[in-house]
Amino acid sequence: MTAVTAAPKGIYLDNNATTRVDPRVVEAMLPFFTEQFGNPSSIHSFGADVGKAVRWAREQVKALLGAEHDSEIVFTSGGTESDNAAILSALKTQVGRDEIITSAVEHPAILALCEYLAKHEGYTLHVIPVDSLGRLDMDAYAKALSEKTAVVSFMWANNETGTIFPIARLAAMAKKVGALFHTDAVQAVGKIPLDLAHTDVDFLSLSGHKLHGPKGIGALYVRRGTRFRPMIRGGHQERDRRAGTENTTGIVGLGKACELALAHMEEENTRVRALRDKLEKAIIGQVSHCFVTGDWENRLPNTCNIAFEYIEGEAILLFLNRMGIAASSGSACTSGSLEPSHVMRAMNVPFTAAHGATRFSLSRETTEAEIDATIAAVPGIIEKLRGLSPFWNKDTAKAESFQPAYS
Amino acid sequence: MWNYTDKVKEHFFDPKNAGVLDDANGVGEVGSISCGDALRLMIKVDDATDIITEAKFQTFGCGSAIASSSALTELIIGKTVDAALAVTNQDIADYLGGLPPEKMHCSVMGAEALRAAIANYKGVELEEDDHEEGALLCKCFGIDYGMVERAVKTNKLNTLEQVTAYTKAGGSCKTCHEKIEEALAEINAAMVAEGTMAAAEAFVVGAAPKPKAPASPIVVKKPATASAPVQISPLAAQAEKARPAGLTNLQKITLIQKAIEEIRPQLQRDGGDIELVDVDGDTVVVKLSGTCVGCQMSSITIQGVQAAVMEKVGRPLRVIPHTALATA
Repeated sequence: MTAVTAAPKGIYLDNNATTRVDPRVVEAMLPFFTEQFGNPSSIHSFGADVGKAVRWAREQVKALLGAEHDSEIVFTSGGTESDNAAILSALKTQVGRDEIITSAVEHPAILALCEYLAKHEGYTLHVIPVDSLGRLDMDAYAKALSEKTAVVSFMWANNETGTIFPIARLAAMAKKVGALFHTDAVQAVGKIPLDLAHTDVDFLSLSGHKLHGPKGIGALYVRRGTRFRPMIRGGHQERDRRAGTENTTGIVGLGKACELALAHMEEENTRVRALRDKLEKAIIGQVSHCFVTGDWENRLPNTCNIAFEYIEGEAILLFLNRMGIAASSGSACTSGSLEPSHVMRAMNVPFTAAHGATRFSLSRETTEAEIDATIAAVPGIIEKLRGLSPFWNKDTAKAESFQPAYS
Repeated sequence: MWNYTDKVKEHFFDPKNAGVLDDANGVGEVGSISCGDALRLMIKVDDATDIITEAKFQTFGCGSAIASSSALTELIIGKTVDAALAVTNQDIADYLGGLPPEKMHCSVMGAEALRAAIANYKGVELEEDDHEEGALLCKCFGIDYGMVERAVKTNKLNTLEQVTAYTKAGGSCKTCHEKIEEALAEINAAMVAEGTMAAAEAFVVGAAPKPKAPASPIVVKKPATASAPVQISPLAAQAEKARPAGLTNLQKITLIQKAIEEIRPQLQRDGGDIELVDVDGDTVVVKLSGTCVGCQMSSITIQGVQAAVMEKVGRPLRVIPHTALATA
């Protein structure tokens, strides 16, 4: 078992990308590969016990979401499948309505899907902008809502900046015009307390690997009474809402991960938040020409996105990586595209800073020693790279005086 | 993460010849901060022997951009100016043991900076300057025909996607794809005529999916202002021509004043304020006050003011804060 519980090497501050599976989750899953391998649909005892475990997992997910019924939870392969299933179902059930509303800062699982539907299947798409802090333009949203709106989809929290949208209010507004409301809560679930039963949210997507569960498992919350058309048809699993033999090991793992997330919720919002604040304050205090992106008063407790001006994100990540620190960047170069991330552009972060946007995302596994080591490493890296930058000269920006041949 | 060679990593983590060369007699600057990479190459040439004795660089960019700059300096030090001119982007990539296809533009940037630095040393405009009107192909990244031509010829490119990977042209708004395809077909045809490319491999317009029409006319960015260093842009003369003669100075200032008045209420709501200090050519100097002073978002505010002012006046302008001017 040592292989399973061995602590990872290096300082991992990229928990919004994925998290380490909690050893207790692995432990819960293991019997379901070997002793309890049965198919939960089977009548014999090999299957029946597994069926019980799946039901228990559904309870655990329900509890974390604050949902009313466990039958509202549909297990899927992850966040992207949940997003697709929700949007496509909503469009099928909302006959006579052909408009979709979403935001400019959504994850590609939503944006790419909605853009495809608008381009190839004739739906009208409203993409609601955000302000420079990543806050949704409420006026534009109110204006876009109408009797023609089939579905609204807004993320609960942004993956790059951690900015939280007022989902309960947004869902209530959608309900008023009879639109269905979906939220991609992949980043929010497990990090902030949720109380779905008392909202107007119809669909919610979550993913196991963002909350110390395994990859390849997720869930879609479908409110009781919300009409649903399955995306994957076949057997009767998940009450006919998602066919295919259950990923029992994944489901058991996701259930355990949700139970642990709920148990650690307070820690996430106190100790982890304090570490994040410490990291952020120290970096902003020691490094000039950098700023926090997103709505710093209203964001996930684990996320910190700092834009360093006049240097490029990939270079920062490579240096951090050499020192054993894992972070991520909204810079163009890391993704292979040529422009900085759509989230930075939507917030109108200037190019001088967008290319240097660096995200540190913590988790309950992050220690104070790791944060101290990161605080010690970052200023030197920034200084070294600025020393190479033609836009920088002896501690000051000099972008004004650098006028390249083509620009 | 990218699959960088050990050589790339070596030149990124410990770049050779990074920094400023104070007694440089040739300086080449390419790229821009909005593209995500920029390079200033400084060379010192011995007048008697024509040999490049020293070369240094400053680079804003990703790992491969910094490594390409470092490799470039190593390649050209000790070479005569003419021998250095023969160094291509492929030589830079080869020196580094190869670059990922999406990163080839970093090596192209190095080759372009070298040409610019040598032209600057010789005190001439870039040779074979065939930058006619409209020669700027990609507006987003400022890539002109000459640069695409050199990349296509050196690397035997024959698809639009390759041109984007090597030069970045067409990688952003994509409205220039038709122009790039036409240029690519023309350059490939010339290569077939020269015998450097087989006719069957040449790109032909229409062979690709139907291209989109360009969305907007080319807007050439303004040339450097007086405070700028050596202006070696082949676009400088063209920019002057492209400038509309429509507005008088007074009309322009009135429009700028109007745009700023419209922004003020937003700033005042947050306890800040803005006033117009001066207009000097295409430079608009403003003064931020109240909570705007020292606000970490003030650079974003300036960006917003610039966008509003440019929209009102209908031409490229640069807005700078009053303090930045004082220290510049």
